Amino acid sequence: MTELLQYAFPESQSFAVNMFKGQINPSQVFPFPSVMNEEQTQFLQELVPPVSKFFEEVNDPAKNDSLEKVEDSTMESLKEMGAFGLQVPQDLGGVGLTNTQYARLVEIVGQHDLGVGITLGAHQSIGFKGILLVGSPAQKEKYLPKLATGETLAAFCLTEPASGSDAASIKTLATLSPCGKHYILNGGKIWISNGGLAEIFTVFAKMPMMDEKTGQMKDKITAFIVERSFGGVTHGPPEKKMGIKASNTAEVYFENVPVPIENVLGEVGGGFKVAMAILNNGRFGMAAALSGTMKGVITQAVDHAANRVQFGSKIHTYGAIQEKLARMTMLQYVTESMAYMISGNMDSGSKDYHIEAAISKIFASEAAWEVTDECIQVMGGMGFMKGSGVERVMRDLRIFRIFEGTNDILRLFVALNGFQDAGKHLKSLQKALKNPLGNAGLLAGEITKRAKRTLCASWVVFNGQYGCIVMLFLLSIADEQFVLKRVADSAIDLYAMVVVLSRASRSLSQGHASAQHEKILCETWCIEAYDRIMKNVKDLKSSSTTQVFKNMKAISAAVVENGGIVAPHPLGF
Amino acid sequence: MSRVLVGVKRVIDYAVKIRVKPDQSGVVTDGVKHSMNPFCEIAVEEAVKLKEKKFIKEVVAVSCGPSQVTETIRTALAMGCDRGIHVEVSGKDYEAMGPLQISKIFAALAKKEEASLVILGKQAIDDDCNQTGQMTAALLDWPQGTFASEVTIDGETVKVVREIDGGLETIKISMPAVLTADLRLNTPRYATLPNIMKAKKKKIANMKPADLGVDMVSRVEVLRVDEPPTRLAGVKVETVDDLVAKLKANGTI
Repeated sequence: MTELLQYAFPESQSFAVNMFKGQINPSQVFPFPSVMNEEQTQFLQELVPPVSKFFEEVNDPAKNDSLEKVEDSTMESLKEMGAFGLQVPQDLGGVGLTNTQYARLVEIVGQHDLGVGITLGAHQSIGFKGILLVGSPAQKEKYLPKLATGETLAAFCLTEPASGSDAASIKTLATLSPCGKHYILNGGKIWISNGGLAEIFTVFAKMPMMDEKTGQMKDKITAFIVERSFGGVTHGPPEKKMGIKASNTAEVYFENVPVPIENVLGEVGGGFKVAMAILNNGRFGMAAALSGTMKGVITQAVDHAANRVQFGSKIHTYGAIQEKLARMTMLQYVTESMAYMISGNMDSGSKDYHIEAAISKIFASEAAWEVTDECIQVMGGMGFMKGSGVERVMRDLRIFRIFEGTNDILRLFVALNGFQDAGKHLKSLQKALKNPLGNAGLLAGEITKRAKRTLCASWVVFNGQYGCIVMLFLLSIADEQFVLKRVADSAIDLYAMVVVLSRASRSLSQGHASAQHEKILCETWCIEAYDRIMKNVKDLKSSSTTQVFKNMKAISAAVVENGGIVAPHPLGF
Repeated sequence: MSRVLVGVKRVIDYAVKIRVKPDQSGVVTDGVKHSMNPFCEIAVEEAVKLKEKKFIKEVVAVSCGPSQVTETIRTALAMGCDRGIHVEVSGKDYEAMGPLQISKIFAALAKKEEASLVILGKQAIDDDCNQTGQMTAALLDWPQGTFASEVTIDGETVKVVREIDGGLETIKISMPAVLTADLRLNTPRYATLPNIMKAKKKKIANMKPADLGVDMVSRVEVLRVDEPPTRLAGVKVETVDDLVAKLKANGTI
């Protein structure tokens, strides 16, 4: 866990980092970032229609799902289209998109076919992202051109049978050859997306290294660029999955693979940082894709609700359906706002967006699941049928709460990252509590006082409780994951509130036709988020919750010891 | 055999639900998705294919309208046209613009660019006029191959298979000529992202109708635009006799 906390930014502009310090730093969140220049905007506007058209008319998600692979003709067209090198610089054969432009295109893919989305994402969002981020000029020149055209595909190889969330415990081993020109790689990786298709692998392996401080040998992780053609690289059959069936997932084995020392990616022994940088850098893409997915299913739900008549009226006139459609809309609005705020911040040069990125991944994956589930509910029996396509989306979505950092781990990450500087900032906290939103210019005047008050109130309460939480941390009770989860949930809700306040403010000040609608979305979200934060904080203070946590520990221990349910059957047998 | 002129029109996208403006002067276009007229896409595709088969050297994409039509020209460039011409028309002139004005512009450009072929879509999906190709040929006194579902160049002549009511008609016409594309002529390619990038470097020239000696005054005035009448509910009858009786009663027979 401590290895995750390597992000120490002394003067961070990140809203989330400062939030945990008890300070509001609005520079990255107000106003809503608008980072594209005229040329970038125009270029993006030209790219959206052909990509949308391709996914509407050519790609067949149902076919890809039943074949359990992306149709060959579709793969070819995607390669010709340039979809495999969206962020590779133009002079190396890619489209050279910024994060914001990439997000907008990935949103289209997410709307239509998550299986294709993962095939593309596993390749460029994580598969060869390391080369883009930390590769040497020679490595970039050698590998990026063919990766950009899709002539070679890439895969990210970190997970092993005994190492998932505990990534630092991987056992794949790299030892320097006697001649000193190669590392010999041995080990096996599981659940590798594109594992059966890739030619280029970013592989993480441990190496025993001399720790300069202690003089002892220690295992450190190094990242390598491994070519299948080096020999010794094999893969298993495609895994049978619940969803994203079109995406190839396979085990990859490395047996005495000779990797030239020039193929070390980043620093020797610095592999863990590389892995985290790659995952961190690609996370905004998930929020963007899932905001597209939600848009798609909401359109289906609305279409059904607007036309289906029961008990004499269209079902969208009934409160139960209205609440569902409203919640779905709000969740999509928040996710979309987070995606483009983060991509905007990244494009503006921010380097410490890790907490926001983690928040957006947690939020987007859970929101998309909830929205799609409610879409099926609105559609009734039709939603359950294969023909309407929503059940496929549901199956495709389940993995998003698991891979790329499980949401449970990421919540701990969000909470613990926040507390890193805890001790130093208790004093500044007291000052901030007195006047949380001192700068009135933060919010467009038209945002109602109520929304402003709820943000202030949540802020004060969160930070008021922050003091207690910090004390708990310092007393080492912060290992209590029950506590950390609730802190993270509050942080997520606070960031979500800020993000929609920013977006709705911008729409209001720009006089958009939809501004009033967005204002309502924003207000409603803030009211409910505030209630959730209040409840979380109240829980953390209450003794009955402490008892509940203790009880849950006991329940869990009992069922583990019993290998299952403990209470005897009500019938006695 | 060097140059082909292709006309591309920016129209409301075929998937959009059209709404009539409250003042009934036309349809709502503000904020509505627009794209290249589908038949113009087919025309561009045919021209680019002819160039790929080396029958012609250069394809010039032409569009008339306000600044937004440059998006449509760029799509044509991304599909493979070599350069574009934007004939600027805006305001009232643009609203009143029709086949007569466009065909005059194309005739002038065809002469100026010394084109061997002018390829247009058979009609636009917004006004469904199906006149521009024919008028352009008449103004130029060139042969025309309209409703083309197959085009073959043979030396200085073109063989055109035309879709007509009775089936298919094959004609041979000499160049220079005007062709209009019908649905089954080809399947337009998707613009790829690398081609869109390359298209950014291709040139689009600007000019005004006056530069070509064309007067844009319209001879047509739109009086009113109405939505189609809403479909009335039908009535079910039990027997043929009932049906006949009802039809007699409402004066149909």
